[in-house]
Amino acid sequence: MSTVKRTLRDVGALGAAMVAVGASFGAIAIAYGLPAWAPTAMSTVVFAGGSQFLAAGLIAAGNPIAAVLAGLLLNARHLPFGLAIANTIGNSWRDRLIGSHIMTDEAVAFALAETDPARRRRIYWLVGTTLFITWNIGTVLGVLLGGATGDPDALGLDAAFPAALIALILPSLRDRATRLVALAGAAIAVALTPLLPAGLPVLCALLGLLVLAAPSRFLHPKPPVPAPAAPAAPAVAAAPVSPDAEETRC
Amino acid sequence: MLIAAILALGIGTYTIRLSGVLLRERLELSDNLQRLLPMAAAALLAALAATAALMAGSEFTGPARPTGVLIGALLAYRRAPFVAVVLAAATTTALLRLAGLP
Repeated sequence: MSTVKRTLRDVGALGAAMVAVGASFGAIAIAYGLPAWAPTAMSTVVFAGGSQFLAAGLIAAGNPIAAVLAGLLLNARHLPFGLAIANTIGNSWRDRLIGSHIMTDEAVAFALAETDPARRRRIYWLVGTTLFITWNIGTVLGVLLGGATGDPDALGLDAAFPAALIALILPSLRDRATRLVALAGAAIAVALTPLLPAGLPVLCALLGLLVLAAPSRFLHPKPPVPAPAAPAAPAVAAAPVSPDAEETRC
Repeated sequence: MLIAAILALGIGTYTIRLSGVLLRERLELSDNLQRLLPMAAAALLAALAATAALMAGSEFTGPARPTGVLIGALLAYRRAPFVAVVLAAATTTALLRLAGLP
């Protein structure tokens, strides 16, 4: 019973932060000189925070084509997210069509932090719909209030989202192979951020999967214990499949 | 032009999201590849967290944000409630900024 309460509280906290960031998006878009309907339409039609900030800035700079391309590049990570989360969303067409639109980093992270399939499915939809609603409410508030919404950085909200993501992925990092892949991916992304346009460094984090191709001694320093998950050897065999797909992107 | 850009970004983003979901069924993934999918998602989310914590545009951000995220991460590691993690990270960063750190 307390699990449900805790989940609602967690999602509520994220929703509250989403209202604040959505408001700052609305206010910033208006400050850029966009008409009032534009940020509202973006939050409903696009519903991907990072790409909306990026696109609003590029549109304001007079470059709508760059806005679309940069935004799509930033959102390309949703394709692997979709692959990872497809079975969670549901199998009916209605679930797939709606569930795809509410896919966000946070919904995916919340869902993957849950192991039980039924609970995983519930939390995905709960987080997805909550964030869709709060993000749009926030955007409208920002448009209406304009500069009165204040600076989200002064509230430290820019630290809230990475911390939330870390809290959500920590349980999956208990698995040694996942931890190595994630840390390698994070390091690659940070190292490439000064060099590549927004969106690409995060995609290049998929190259972190290459650590699985390392000698299995490295992944399993102790004599291999028959784990409930798949054994090490197939992972090594599977790894060469991914580099080809990924190197074309980077 | 504005509405065209917004629609193009919206439709393109939706297509990306939906194609991952629909591809999953079409692809005959071996068990090993299936095992890689959550790892790939974890790598992407870790990369998002790391870049959002450390970078501002193409440069390193000031110390306020990474410090707040670090406090949040430590709390998360000590299994503090999610709300406490988020609030501690934001509060730490806000206080550091109030104290004049970038």
